[in-house]
Amino acid sequence: MSAPTITTSRAIPEAHPSGGLLAAASEPSGRAGALAASATFGWRAILKIKHDPKQLTDVIAIPVVFTVLFTYIFGGALGGTPGRYLTALLPGTLVMGINACTMYGGARLAADVTTGVSDRFRSLPVWRGAHVVGSLLGDAGRYLLAAGIVVTLGVAIGYRPDGGAPGVIAAVTLVIAFGLALSWLFATIALLVRNPTTVMSLGLAITMPLTFASNIFVQPRTMPGWLRAFVGINPTSQLADAARDLMNNTSGGAGPVAWSLITIVAITLVFGLLTLHLYNRQA
Amino acid sequence: MSKNRSAGDGPAIEARGLVKVYGKHRALDGIDLTVRRGQVFGFLGPNGAGKTTAIRILATLARPDGGVARVLGFDVVSERNAVRARVAVTGQFASLDDDLTGYENLIILGRLRGLSRAAARQRADELLAAFDLTAAAGRPVAGYSGGMRRRLDIGASLIVTPDLLFLDEPTTGMDPRSQIQVWELVRRIAAAGTTVLLTTQYLEEGDQLAEQIAVIDGGRIVAQGTSAQLKARVGSGTLHVRLLDGQQRSRAQAILARTLEAPVCLGADPLALSVLLATPSYPADTGRMVGHAMTQLSAARVAVAEVTLGQPSLQEAFLALTGHPASPSAPSYEDTNQ
Repeated sequence: MSAPTITTSRAIPEAHPSGGLLAAASEPSGRAGALAASATFGWRAILKIKHDPKQLTDVIAIPVVFTVLFTYIFGGALGGTPGRYLTALLPGTLVMGINACTMYGGARLAADVTTGVSDRFRSLPVWRGAHVVGSLLGDAGRYLLAAGIVVTLGVAIGYRPDGGAPGVIAAVTLVIAFGLALSWLFATIALLVRNPTTVMSLGLAITMPLTFASNIFVQPRTMPGWLRAFVGINPTSQLADAARDLMNNTSGGAGPVAWSLITIVAITLVFGLLTLHLYNRQA
Repeated sequence: MSKNRSAGDGPAIEARGLVKVYGKHRALDGIDLTVRRGQVFGFLGPNGAGKTTAIRILATLARPDGGVARVLGFDVVSERNAVRARVAVTGQFASLDDDLTGYENLIILGRLRGLSRAAARQRADELLAAFDLTAAAGRPVAGYSGGMRRRLDIGASLIVTPDLLFLDEPTTGMDPRSQIQVWELVRRIAAAGTTVLLTTQYLEEGDQLAEQIAVIDGGRIVAQGTSAQLKARVGSGTLHVRLLDGQQRSRAQAILARTLEAPVCLGADPLALSVLLATPSYPADTGRMVGHAMTQLSAARVAVAEVTLGQPSLQEAFLALTGHPASPSAPSYEDTNQ
């Protein structure tokens, strides 16, 4: 077709009886299955990142800045040499990098609810969870990018994982699974507060203590007792230890890995079900 | 659930006693409704009357707190997936994805409607061409004009031809040219056999499109009928009078109220008055009554600059049907028998 001419007041060309307006009569009114619908929503989430790539700034900048700063400023003092400190720090910044972008999916979901896009989706004959699962797939894309950047940067500045590729892959998978568990938490928050800005502020309020009141940067030996207690129960500490064990092939026992898995499953179950319940109920 | 339209002989929408309560506010307070298949049905009412709430319930987006509704023969609560497979919603509340392009919006909805990748692309191209949006297909929707947006919005509802299309205020805030385009679209969709339920704040829109209109106010249907029937109930028309001298307005008001035996409205303009005329037994009587009123004004030396006899506006229709103005900005009718 040549360039459209907008000369008449009619929106519809008159040539064809329905002019493409209505679908061929034989077309069934169909529906996408739960998996296909989730994949479509995942594609939508990726498209949204593609159209607005500046939302990846934090995803890239936070782990890079913290890894480089901490390694060279505090590394010598904390670990003897920057190189030795990096061995303990890098699995930690992997956790940090993903924690820092867990609230984006929730914020997007809140935006969909406030703008009314979700109402259009809810009026379709598809599994209602697909919208949320799809937004989690977008999150997974972000997490994978953040993890890739942290690991590449680490290797570039001298980090050599004793656990090798399998160890790194296992650690990245575990950390992304934790990130997805937090995604469900923020999806729940999004459906409760229904405001993208509030989701982002709450996101910071939750992920900052999780990240800094942990053993990611320093071991808690010198911290006051109350803080040490929090660092001990902070799932992020367990996760950072699990990532260290897997990447550095240190046998801290299965403890941290097992605890992390339990935490991931528990958070996912509770907030996954809560999110689906809230999404279905909203009206 | 069968795909065939075995339930296809009954009405497109049948609702009895629909109630929806938000907190203490009864958004719907017992709505009964029957919409025939293939009909264009209009919900006419001001903001907050309950139009959108009714559509949300019928489109399975909200659950009724009372009453039952069947859409195309399926219950909106227990058989909502069957309803969703057959209806499409377009409107104020069900909107588009601003960050994505028009093309991407259509592809996503096509895929969710179960089209293959190729079929979704083809349908998106067809719709973009049909709605004169091919040139804008690759641009994010955020940059579309109001008219383009609404066209895409309606197009998104036609990816798979629905048996019933809900249009929530399809032309609110549009310029007249886009409004006419949308009206034309609605007529063509209806001509192809799709039942259309539209809500509107404009009497003229209902008049232009809907075979049957329900006037909704405060969560209740206060009047129902064809446009002609409603107008007959509203009255034969409105007499607008403009004076040369604002000092004479109260005198003019008294004379008009007496001779026409109808309430006289004082407009915001200090020179203007309007009278909602009752429907006389003989249509010719309207002209005679107005002529008589003009003679009386002239006998009382009230200088008249302009006289027009027009169709009742939505504001006036509302006053006649509900006993109160459609919105706070409406002119107030004063008691002239003090």
